[in-house]
Amino acid sequence: MSEPPWIWQYDHVVPSEIGAIGPVRREILQQLLDRNWSKRDLFSVHLALDEAMVNAVTHGNRLDPNKHIHVTCRMSPDWLEIEVADEGKGFDPAAVPDPTDECRVSHPGGRGVMLMRNFMDRVQFNERGNCVRLEKRRTPCDE
Amino acid sequence: MAEYRRLEVNEVGDVTVVRFRDQKILDDLNIQELGRELARLVEVENRARLLLNFASVEFLSSAALGKLITLDKKVKAAGGTLRLCCIQPEIFEVFVITKLNRVFDIKENEADALAAF
Repeated sequence: MSEPPWIWQYDHVVPSEIGAIGPVRREILQQLLDRNWSKRDLFSVHLALDEAMVNAVTHGNRLDPNKHIHVTCRMSPDWLEIEVADEGKGFDPAAVPDPTDECRVSHPGGRGVMLMRNFMDRVQFNERGNCVRLEKRRTPCDE
Repeated sequence: MAEYRRLEVNEVGDVTVVRFRDQKILDDLNIQELGRELARLVEVENRARLLLNFASVEFLSSAALGKLITLDKKVKAAGGTLRLCCIQPEIFEVFVITKLNRVFDIKENEADALAAF
């Protein structure tokens, strides 16, 4: 299968600070906005990207100022791929309990991975569990 | 009445109607402050009949959902009632996916929500 025609690529290493998330988010979302991706697509990418980056900074790198997160992104006219990698020991996404279980639905946390999976077309973790790949197909205008 | 940086607080009858100053509730420091201000409504000002109006809110992270869940527990512990209204479709979908639409009493508009108290 041939590669999509990438029209924009992004590769940044940012410090493990919650404050570092905003500029990355703004840059990627602005690209979608400039290319007239739908409001719903923007919401979906915004949500998944924020959850992935907050997880990387807080759970992956545990806010360690000596560690970084690595964000790569590439975009074709109708496809978006984002990878968020941290320098932590990783985790097993299959071991994350279902936050909608009756006994957990009122727990304040634990919904990030579920939201990523629901709002993106494909979400994959590497074997170590310290890198997540988010993929989104552009919603056609008439949907 | 106390000053709120993240909230607009008004009385409608005996219900406290709360609106959000931020269109996007996502910055961690803002979410922490939001959580403290919501808690203050119940724990310091003893407001037990609360309506959160989300009309101005365009984005909500899962960390913000956590603050709403914590508020719901505080209100229930105080014997009060918490309702939500005017949630935009994308955000409502987040509530449905996480099944939080079953935890919270969510009304389509403010009039319906007030009438239900």
